[in-house]
Amino acid sequence: MKVELQGVTKRFGTLVANAGVDLTIEESEIHCLLGENGAGKSTLMNLLYGSLRLDGGRISIDGRPVEFESPRDAIAAGIGMVHQHFALVPTLTVAENVMLGFERVGRSGRLDRRAARRDVVEMAERYGLEADPDAVVGDLPIGLQQRVEIMKALKRDAQLLILDEPTAVLRPQESEQLFGILAALRESGRSIVFISHKLREVRKVADRVTILRRGHVVGTATPDATESELASLMVGKNVLLGVQKSRGRPGAVVLRADGLRVLAAGESESGAGATFEIREGEILSLAGVNGNGQTEVVEALMGLRRPQSGSVTLSGEDVTGVTTREILARGVAFVPEDRRRSGLVAELPVYENLVLDVFAGPPFAKGIRLQRKAIREHAARLMSEFDVRAPSMDVAAGTLSGGNQQKVLLARELSRPVRLLIVAEPTRGLDVAAAEFVQRRIVEARDAGAAVLVVTSDLDEAITLGDRLAVIYRGGIVDTVPPSTPRESLGVLMAGGDLSLPVA
Amino acid sequence: MSRPPVLEQPIAADPPPAASAPPRRSGLGGRIVREIVTGGTVAVTVLALVLALLVGAVVIAASDPAAAAAWRRVTSDPVRALGASWDAIADAYGALLRGALLEPASVSAAVDGGSIANVFGPISETLVAATPLILAGLSVTIAFRAGLFNIGGQGQAMLGAAAGAFVGFHWQLPAALHLTAALLAGVSAGAAWGLIPGFLKARTGAHEVITTIMLNYVAVGLVLYLLSKPIFLREGRTDPLSPEVAGSARLPQLAGETLRLHLGILVALAVAAAVLWLLRRTTIGFSLRIVSLNEDAARTAGVSVSRAWVLGMVLAGALAGLAGAVEILGTDYALVPSSAASLGFLGISVALLGRATVGGTVLASLLYGAFEAGGVRMQAATATPFDIVTVIQALTVLFVAAPQLVRAVFRLRARPIEAAAGRGW
Repeated sequence: MKVELQGVTKRFGTLVANAGVDLTIEESEIHCLLGENGAGKSTLMNLLYGSLRLDGGRISIDGRPVEFESPRDAIAAGIGMVHQHFALVPTLTVAENVMLGFERVGRSGRLDRRAARRDVVEMAERYGLEADPDAVVGDLPIGLQQRVEIMKALKRDAQLLILDEPTAVLRPQESEQLFGILAALRESGRSIVFISHKLREVRKVADRVTILRRGHVVGTATPDATESELASLMVGKNVLLGVQKSRGRPGAVVLRADGLRVLAAGESESGAGATFEIREGEILSLAGVNGNGQTEVVEALMGLRRPQSGSVTLSGEDVTGVTTREILARGVAFVPEDRRRSGLVAELPVYENLVLDVFAGPPFAKGIRLQRKAIREHAARLMSEFDVRAPSMDVAAGTLSGGNQQKVLLARELSRPVRLLIVAEPTRGLDVAAAEFVQRRIVEARDAGAAVLVVTSDLDEAITLGDRLAVIYRGGIVDTVPPSTPRESLGVLMAGGDLSLPVA
Repeated sequence: MSRPPVLEQPIAADPPPAASAPPRRSGLGGRIVREIVTGGTVAVTVLALVLALLVGAVVIAASDPAAAAAWRRVTSDPVRALGASWDAIADAYGALLRGALLEPASVSAAVDGGSIANVFGPISETLVAATPLILAGLSVTIAFRAGLFNIGGQGQAMLGAAAGAFVGFHWQLPAALHLTAALLAGVSAGAAWGLIPGFLKARTGAHEVITTIMLNYVAVGLVLYLLSKPIFLREGRTDPLSPEVAGSARLPQLAGETLRLHLGILVALAVAAAVLWLLRRTTIGFSLRIVSLNEDAARTAGVSVSRAWVLGMVLAGALAGLAGAVEILGTDYALVPSSAASLGFLGISVALLGRATVGGTVLASLLYGAFEAGGVRMQAATATPFDIVTVIQALTVLFVAAPQLVRAVFRLRARPIEAAAGRGW
């Protein structure tokens, strides 16, 4: 089955997630979709799978244009997708999960479990999808659960299988086994789309690679392209309209993280840990592909998560394990990466969100009594200073656009004296104007003497904002380099590579 | 916080363009019509009540002997069947209304020189019944505003009643002091009973629905146990009935001897105002609200989620405890194993009906108080059992919890925003 996407476009409000994407997936091919966070890979595949509707362009299967109203249509057309988060029923067995929705029914209308079991065994033999049909899915390790998901897709006669970051949840051996299965599937005539940002795997398993960047196709490649070639396509060579900034004037060390090892749930070890320091009047960009421990490190800095080991020092004072409230009280400002989830309370009005971390004391409260007038005046001032566009300060914060929400968060954090500003993914999901505004304010904070930590998976941003760049990989700092470092090298560092070794 | 490594996050979407507003009509009448047509929450609540009354009417008609007899001959005389049904319903609901609000006969009697106080009998009964409900409802409401479900009102109220009764019959103090002490005892007992699930949730994450329900059972047992100890029993008797609460500890009557209306209603309304103030205008209320809406954002902003939970449950327990104490000190004057036993679940009902707002809870309590007062009258005057009232109360809650059903029955359009959210799944 040959699938063609022509000129596919998808917009979310003012944001263009996919812009005129052309993509052809041949029969019997493993096609990798490569790109950074926010490049538009998942969106594109969701369009193909029918979860989202196209705003422009068209999809054809074997030359015939198709339109999917929902995944059900896509499944009927032979497209299957294995998402990052599985849709399995943990209390049922493998065979039962595989037949869910497409039950094998015997003569009297009863479930034909034996036939279901036979199907599973058959698939195991043909494609190497070893799995015990009677095992309870909830007891299986993630690698095997993923196989069950693949079997489900195959059971529905998927001729094109889309896998969204499948190795994100796998151990190295399980990844190897997966690649074997994919090869077997390819031999049987099926096509596979493998979404990933991991250069090494892509080179290992792909027949062809399409690289997406900011919603556009920026190139296609074959696996004999080098990692650095792929990396540079991924991160791009053109400079974004970044903010102009003068050289910083770094002063005393404000933040020092030493061997900070923080575990995400389910991990058993995280390497040597992160060590870095930031001075007054300096911006340190913590660059890295999402999922390499940045989130956890930031949480540890903010007292939201206990580090396994290591220490955090703020202007000489050990603050490891101290509560969030105390960290905030020591002049630390924090804009989290998920503004809707951890930054704002969407249901509360904008003016209340603007005092979310400072309402408990003067001037916003006298004893336990909230000083409404002071809060509202504060809000009015901030909204005008940060140019927050909203019908009024009383509307629910959740109704604001992404850019304005981010401005609210920045305004809140920058409205008090700041020693250390930590901003995670400052311009994610923002349009150009808002992004520029946010970056400018970050630089202004630095110029006012704050130490700034910018955590971002957008390499351009890391380079534009950072006075220094620390690349994080698997919870540890690979290297700290100046922003003038060539992009290819940075790409290699972000993929965990070592600059001192000859480039692969 | 556990999260699998996020490798590609969905791009933040701009909110969908606002749906076009329904045509505006001016004035209060227009607003009422608009509320009803667009199926707003107030409209749904009121209509849920109407639906419950309709179903109740059917039950009344079906269980009335005269109407049932007439229906057996419905093919030969349908008018009579309908008439008999109508009579049964009208009698029952009429008695309900008269018992809750006003008995016209008493008005004419007063005009003729009879007791004026009697005219206010029904209203007095309604308010008396509503008083503990207001407090019990506020208990559930304040917990809800902290993101918690307090199902433990029963246990908290019963122990509050026990504590209040004990101080009332066992201590001797001058009047105002005695009453205050007894009420405070009730508050403290309830607060302590709320502290346990609050603490467990903060420390271990134990879900308060489970812990509070279990503690209800414990409280019932505890009260039974107390009522087996001589100190809790009357002189020379062994039946589970406590001594009478001293006059100095009782809530004084507000409208003379014949009417049961007591100070409790003013206490309840004052407490309602205090809760409103706490939630809207204090840092404490703000923290509770933030935690109830978004725990992650609360933590990131340095708000202590565990402290909010503990505080929420303690306040909820205190309010329920006060409800129990008020019931004893206002009307019952003595403790029995079933004292304040129904306050917990009635509190949940009125809080649900009142949409977990202070104002709504008070109004809903008044309504349920009216049902209780009227129901007694209805049972006395007609043959209709009091259980019909319980059925109507329960049905109202059921219909409030199933707004889709109410909308479907009355053919209301869902609000535009909800319609937009429903699409695209």
